[in-house]
Amino acid sequence: MLKIVNLSKSFNTGTENEIKVFDNLNLQIEANKCTAIIGPNGCGKSTLLNLIGGSISPDQGQIILNGKDVTKLKEEERAIYIGKVHQNPYMGVSPSLTILENIALADKKGEKFTLRRLIKRKNMDRYIELLESIDLGLENKLNTKVKFLSGGQRQSLALLMAAMKHPDLMLLDEHTAALDPRTSRIIMKKTKELIEKYSITTIMISHNMRDAIEYSDRIIMLDKGKVVLDKPSKSLTEDQLLDIYRRRFEESIA
Amino acid sequence: MNSLIITSIEQGLIFAILAMGVVISYKILNMADLSVEGTFPFGAFLFAKFISMGMNPIVSTLMAFCIGTLAGLLTSVLFTKIRIKPLLAGILTMTILYSVNLKINGKSNIPLFSYDSVFNLGNALVVLVIIVLIIKIILDLFLKTETGYLLIATGDNESLVRSLGKNSNMYKTMGLMLANGLVALSGALMAQMQGFADITMGSSIIVVALASIIIGDTIMKNSHKIENTTRAILGAIIYKIIGGIAIDLGLDPQDLKAISAIIVIAFIFYNNSMADLLELRKRKVELRNAKNSQSVQEF
Repeated sequence: MLKIVNLSKSFNTGTENEIKVFDNLNLQIEANKCTAIIGPNGCGKSTLLNLIGGSISPDQGQIILNGKDVTKLKEEERAIYIGKVHQNPYMGVSPSLTILENIALADKKGEKFTLRRLIKRKNMDRYIELLESIDLGLENKLNTKVKFLSGGQRQSLALLMAAMKHPDLMLLDEHTAALDPRTSRIIMKKTKELIEKYSITTIMISHNMRDAIEYSDRIIMLDKGKVVLDKPSKSLTEDQLLDIYRRRFEESIA
Repeated sequence: MNSLIITSIEQGLIFAILAMGVVISYKILNMADLSVEGTFPFGAFLFAKFISMGMNPIVSTLMAFCIGTLAGLLTSVLFTKIRIKPLLAGILTMTILYSVNLKINGKSNIPLFSYDSVFNLGNALVVLVIIVLIIKIILDLFLKTETGYLLIATGDNESLVRSLGKNSNMYKTMGLMLANGLVALSGALMAQMQGFADITMGSSIIVVALASIIIGDTIMKNSHKIENTTRAILGAIIYKIIGGIAIDLGLDPQDLKAISAIIVIAFIFYNNSMADLLELRKRKVELRNAKNSQSVQEF
């Protein structure tokens, strides 16, 4: 379970451009559930994910993951417990390395990197099995460099690499936004399969209301750093959610 | 002509070590580390210092490598801790090393003819081939280790390295130290080959290294079987042979630097214009796909 306690974050503090993104935000994310966070640009979704992931630090407040306060941990120290998939498929892989080399690197996550060979024969069967599980035939392209894969294949690999060591928490930052609609749907299905298979607590940012309803257990809507809607996904239809979203955000623009 | 070729190959092998060092900073870490301009003579002056203190030439050469790594450490600290841009960090290290190099022996030119060198161990060419092969094999093996792959991933995608629970700055430091150590080693060998260490010997050495790497890259361009180290070695040798022949045919040696620079510019221009062309094609395809998917959605 992830607990966010009295979290505050401002940017450009002390200048006329000061932006207060969060002011005493409190949130609980249930274990082994997928929580979708929706809201317009600038509502704080990405900042929240970055605060949880540790690439930026809060002004005050705590982030508690499975009872452990991780607020003071650096990004790389926290990464041991967290898997993250970015919008850009290149962000989760090493493009100039092969599929096999990428999987082998991800397999060492959180462990000590030594002067032993990275690719070991004894692990090959497991890597092949893992690649077979995402059903894209990548197991037949072990020695293909990742930069030669399609965006969808690359993102599937990034997803597998983030999930395969069973992190306590998975952060999905609009991870299908850069893909075409068909590939995006395939990746969402694979995401659901993987997080269910490994029972990973997941936070997913999405601009796609249908994905939010279909693939998450709970929907949280943010507006200017505040939670303005927090409901089980099953209690809403896509139309209802779109309606709430439009009324709240599109009217205010008009 | 024969002796010209042999001298070119010998010098090419020394520059091969330089080029392998620059492969780490330029190709693997994706950083243009200009500190090598100072590190190359740094290695030469360190060798001069140790050999004149009565040390064995092999130990003196190894010491040049070890202390040379500190130049990489300095650049890395400037870059990762003080957050100076890599290009400027390298220039600052190079500038500091200029003064350091003059201080090491108190002179800007040290004759080494009267001292032993590693080339007394046997035929210079054989000695160099052995040294280059040892470095190549160690480097290739290192790049296949867990740590080596993390070094490659650092140059490729730092956020992946952090997501694996590692501090990417540590691997940048390691890479820069290794790169500068090799460059210093190359400088120490050059001093022994030419019989003196000189403050100007590092000037535009980065261009020589880049020219070697770029020439090496064009050898069987699409083959993934040739390692970067092999390419750097072959590139450096070919570069030196071409330079040697050009001078033999009457090219003014003073023009060689400009020609090296032009080789680098021409190859980079060629590669970039090819990349632009491919990018343009890719964008056209993407645009077409986007239009298609839009029409599917509208449908």
